[in-house]
Amino acid sequence: MSEPLLSVQGLEKHFPVTKGLLQRQVAAVKAVDGVSFEVRKGETLGLVGESGCGKTTTGRLITRLIEPTGGKIVFEGNDITHMSQGKMRPLRRDVQMIFQDPYSSLNPRHTVGAIVGAPFRIQGIKTEQGVKKAVQDILELVGLNPEHYNRYPHEFSGGQRQRIGIARTLALKPKLIIADEPVSALDVSIQAQVVNLLEDLQNELDLTYVVIAHDLSVVRHISDRVAVMYLGKLVELADRKSLYESPMHPYTNALLSAVPIPDPKRRVERERIRLQGDVPSPLNPPPACRFHTRCWKAQEICKTVEPPLQKLAPGHEVACHFPENAPAAAAEAAPAAV
Amino acid sequence: MTAPLDAPGSDLGPGILIAERPGIPIVGRSLGQIAWMRLKRDKVALAGGLVVILLILVAIFAPLIVKVLGQDPTQFNSDMIDPATLVPKGGTGIGPDHLFGVEPVNGRDIFSRVVYGARISLLIAFLATVLSVVIGTLLGVTAGYFGGIVDSIISKTMDVFLAFPILVFAIALAGVIPDTAFGLSGDTLRVSLLIFIIGFFNWPYIGRIIRGQTLSLREREFVDAARSLGARGPYIIFREMLPNLVAPILIYATLLIPTNVLFEAALSFLGVGVRPPTPTWGGMLSDAVRFYTVPHFMFFPGMAIFITVLAFNLFGDGLRDALDPKAR
Ligand SMILES: Nc1ncnc2c1ncn2[C@@H]1O[C@H](COP(=O)(O)OP(=O)(O)OP(=O)(O)O)[C@@H](O)[C@H]1O
Ligand SMILES: [Mg+2]
Repeated sequence: MSEPLLSVQGLEKHFPVTKGLLQRQVAAVKAVDGVSFEVRKGETLGLVGESGCGKTTTGRLITRLIEPTGGKIVFEGNDITHMSQGKMRPLRRDVQMIFQDPYSSLNPRHTVGAIVGAPFRIQGIKTEQGVKKAVQDILELVGLNPEHYNRYPHEFSGGQRQRIGIARTLALKPKLIIADEPVSALDVSIQAQVVNLLEDLQNELDLTYVVIAHDLSVVRHISDRVAVMYLGKLVELADRKSLYESPMHPYTNALLSAVPIPDPKRRVERERIRLQGDVPSPLNPPPACRFHTRCWKAQEICKTVEPPLQKLAPGHEVACHFPENAPAAAAEAAPAAV
Repeated sequence: MTAPLDAPGSDLGPGILIAERPGIPIVGRSLGQIAWMRLKRDKVALAGGLVVILLILVAIFAPLIVKVLGQDPTQFNSDMIDPATLVPKGGTGIGPDHLFGVEPVNGRDIFSRVVYGARISLLIAFLATVLSVVIGTLLGVTAGYFGGIVDSIISKTMDVFLAFPILVFAIALAGVIPDTAFGLSGDTLRVSLLIFIIGFFNWPYIGRIIRGQTLSLREREFVDAARSLGARGPYIIFREMLPNLVAPILIYATLLIPTNVLFEAALSFLGVGVRPPTPTWGGMLSDAVRFYTVPHFMFFPGMAIFITVLAFNLFGDGLRDALDPKAR
């Protein structure tokens, strides 16, 4: 296995909840609470979870938009966890983020040329034939008309806006791109095009992706591996094939059951699992296994002992006391089932 | 439905919101240009804007206008006054020489005094607004951008300022300031003082608005995008945020001017404004109160204030509708 491009170890972000004039901390939102994974060069890692489980926060931690409260982020062998903004500046070229909302990610007062050209200006990069030419080349690359250079974001559709956002992240030829729900704000008919564009760009520019999504269908085609997140923690991390074919965590099963199945014959076999209740608040997450309040397999142990993320099969890690589809040997290692 | 990967339809191609006509080069319309198009359709606001421009021209060219008519605003015309009643002969004195008539007792030309009054009134209202806008924007952006304890301190300061009995303060200050202070004297000193008092106590209104706008801008993802590219604070404030604050700044500055016109008039009316004989609208009103039998003396400066305030308000409202249609 090659050296990972990005390695995240026990990453934590607890947002303080403050009160009063003196900003006294009264509580903490545990948005990300001990997440570990690696991203290998050239692969696409899908990061999936319900709304509010900390996906965006994870992305913003990796891009160092916010300061981690714990854990470690290593990019290309450099520990960037608490690197100063000044030292971080040159490294920012290598890690870029595509934002969730194409309407708020583009400054309405800037032209497309200014938006896509901003990376050059901010990083002080000279281009051979000027910034304008470089910007127009990128616009073409993402499937936009280079003559739209002087237009403003409000003149474009959601899909086109997301392409502008993608163009901006590509300007500095990054190595790693965190795509935060790049298509969730778009019409279904346009989602496919943007996903395909991301795939084409990956092949062409040798990119590594972390693609964030709130359901398992969007990342199915582009991911090599998928990580499932619940309330600030990873509950399952596996190769795409084993995750979609033999999901081990009940939560993954529930998410998968919500994904429409193309094959009508298989559709009958699988029952739709409806999760009970809402996602608990990250302000006060359930103890031990955070999923136990909504899990139909939960036992006493789930409320008292936190299940660690364990490798139960090759390329398949899961954090559950009663995993499904687990190989026999692994099942023995786990505490006695039912 | 599989994952939406093979769905038809294209969002590619030319911009969809503006029809492209062949031969016309592709030029984007900025939000400013769109706002101007909206404003042009708003006839009431345009009329207000026209009056505003006219008033500014009158203030700038006051000496010229007065010279053309040959009347000096401080010159006494005793020959126009009936010595028995001290009222202008024929009631008002209105005629080709004195368009608005003359004042009772000393017979000063009301037209030239109203024209000159526009200078003081607009000068103080404009500069006080500029002062409020500068302080308000600086502190509002600072509070909104840095948040936390900085925000708490600035917000509490605003509350204190808003609770301050500014009128009482102005009267007291005007009373204790000598005729010469800070190297200034006469009208210059009084005008500077009024600008300071009015401008310095009004900044929290605009400061609050700018703080709120900055707070919401800070959460917008384009700010994160700039930061993830390595942009520093000044770049984000000046390049990313300020262009989005121009609209609210313009709107509230335009709406603050008439408030300040009224404020200055009130201070002059109370006798703590610019000293006589320099003509001000508020001062004229205050003089006119004693002569309620000569209503034209009160009418013209009163109308001047009324028209000025109305014109700025109409224009400001139209500007808000044009720049920020969602505000309604
Ligand atoms: N700056 C912040 N201050 C306080 N709490 C925050 C902050 N940012 C995020 N949170 C909280 O952290 C939790 C995780 O938020 P995050 O945006 O990472 O979720 P997400 O998985 O991206 O959800 P979505 O699918 O809705 O985008 C939420 O409960 C959110 O309210
Ligand atoms: Mg998110």
